[in-house]
Amino acid sequence: MGHDTFAYAETLTQVAYLAASGLFVMALMWMSHPSTARRGVRAGELGMLLAVVGTLINYEVVSYDLIIVAFLLGTAIGVPLAYFMPMTAIPQRTAVSHAFGALAVGLIGVVEYYKYAATAAAWSFTFWALMFEMLLGFLTCTASLVAFGKLQELLPSRPLMFRGQQIVNLLVFGGAIAIALTLIASPSSTWLFPIFIALALLFGVLLVAPIGGADMPTVIALLNAYAGLAASAMGFALDNKLLIVTGALDGTSGFILAVIMCKAMNRSFSNVLFGGFGQVAAAAAGGVDDRPVRSASPEEAALRLEMASSVVIVPGYGMAVAQAQHKVSELYKTLTAKGVDVKFAIHPVAGRMPGHMNVLLAEADVPYDRLVELEEINPELPQTDVALIIGANDTINPAARDDPKSAIAGMPIIEADKAKSVMVIKRSLNAGFAGIDNPIYYNENTQMLFGDAKAFTGDINKELSEKH
Amino acid sequence: MHQPSSYTDLFFVFMLAGFLGFQLIKRVSPLLHSPLMSLTNAIAAVVVVGAILITGEAGATPLAKTLGFIAITAATVNVVSGFMITDRMLKMFKKKGS
Repeated sequence: MGHDTFAYAETLTQVAYLAASGLFVMALMWMSHPSTARRGVRAGELGMLLAVVGTLINYEVVSYDLIIVAFLLGTAIGVPLAYFMPMTAIPQRTAVSHAFGALAVGLIGVVEYYKYAATAAAWSFTFWALMFEMLLGFLTCTASLVAFGKLQELLPSRPLMFRGQQIVNLLVFGGAIAIALTLIASPSSTWLFPIFIALALLFGVLLVAPIGGADMPTVIALLNAYAGLAASAMGFALDNKLLIVTGALDGTSGFILAVIMCKAMNRSFSNVLFGGFGQVAAAAAGGVDDRPVRSASPEEAALRLEMASSVVIVPGYGMAVAQAQHKVSELYKTLTAKGVDVKFAIHPVAGRMPGHMNVLLAEADVPYDRLVELEEINPELPQTDVALIIGANDTINPAARDDPKSAIAGMPIIEADKAKSVMVIKRSLNAGFAGIDNPIYYNENTQMLFGDAKAFTGDINKELSEKH
Repeated sequence: MHQPSSYTDLFFVFMLAGFLGFQLIKRVSPLLHSPLMSLTNAIAAVVVVGAILITGEAGATPLAKTLGFIAITAATVNVVSGFMITDRMLKMFKKKGS
């Protein structure tokens, strides 16, 4: 091949990258609404195909055997993963995929480092980008694996804390930064490099270990942002604008979601940036509520739901744990058929990742126009006959609104307590994640439906169908 | 060989893409936040292009080939499963009556 052929192939590669960047942007644009979202997936797939083919035809790629084997292996793992993954496991899968993506980014950084270690100039731009890429890549990888372990309940989902944790974190992170700077100043000090990687990996573990299960939506979104930034940094190191654009899109997406999650839990922005979340203060000294609790049977609950003209169902993580979404959907259908207006109130942090409840209910065949956001449902609740709470706790706790001393004070809640009557399906009176008592259970307009979410909803369905 | 970009060029691209991303993501319905995350995750696996280059280039060391192989595999898993799962999720979102 002559020089012209090289130039021609290079131009083709760049054109393919340009088209891929455009398609990725359009993919996100089409994600704005369910009616166009699947077109977005097609655009993303086409963009990915162009990017990969554009790279394969590049003159720099001379050997294909390993690449093809890796493609086949990756596909052989990826297809069954996508096919057989139950929708309740979506948060875990997301954590794993962040780990895989970040691992790829980190490993590419390692290869680039060794390639240029002997020849790079001190303080070169490429090395700044490389070190940033690897720091983010490796810490995101282990952090995501710990998040996966917690979501899959291989690790305890409560916060893992020890004395002096903050100081250890600071030392590990500071050490990683110091070594990174040394390596940028003196790229040939290869003996320091493995220590840098080890510290980055260790920091990832330390970052997520102290975080509890209910904070996972924020963590997952934040790790999404880190993975995107790492990909962007790789684009800077490799002089590849496609990677910069894609990483920036992925990074902003994760970042915006993290901010939304934070607002929904009334956590501050700096809390997000420094990973200082998950440390919910001990419950305020309000004492245990000793008002009496009213409970009801499935029969009574069915009667009340049937008599209502409007019902708002508030699902939470408990619905996902009990796998109750299909029974809940059945209840929705039965009541709707009886002329009851049924809506679902979705709190942004309900579940273990952003949008978790929406996916579960959509899977169970609930139409998406029945899923209503917090700001829109709250004004409707005072006119609602029954608020039925299934597996939600902290997201409906009126203490967040009324008690400034509460550990979740200021967190926006779904104001279920304002409905004319409230029914709560719950195993027992145990406090929620934040360890705080929930006054809603003791209100006069509340009836507790004690039992497993799936079984109890099933019993209500049975009562409703037996009447006809 | 294409002209190496200056650092400021790259920062321009990064900044504009960041602003664009911000505007685009803000518009995504909260209904779709889970599929959004799996879609951006699949798209971000475009880092596979970097892995292809380090694995397939002339003079790749055994270390480069090994790590590159793992990186291509990991990124391919994300591409394949990411797009497929996103589509699986989106297929479930139906309007009332449809």
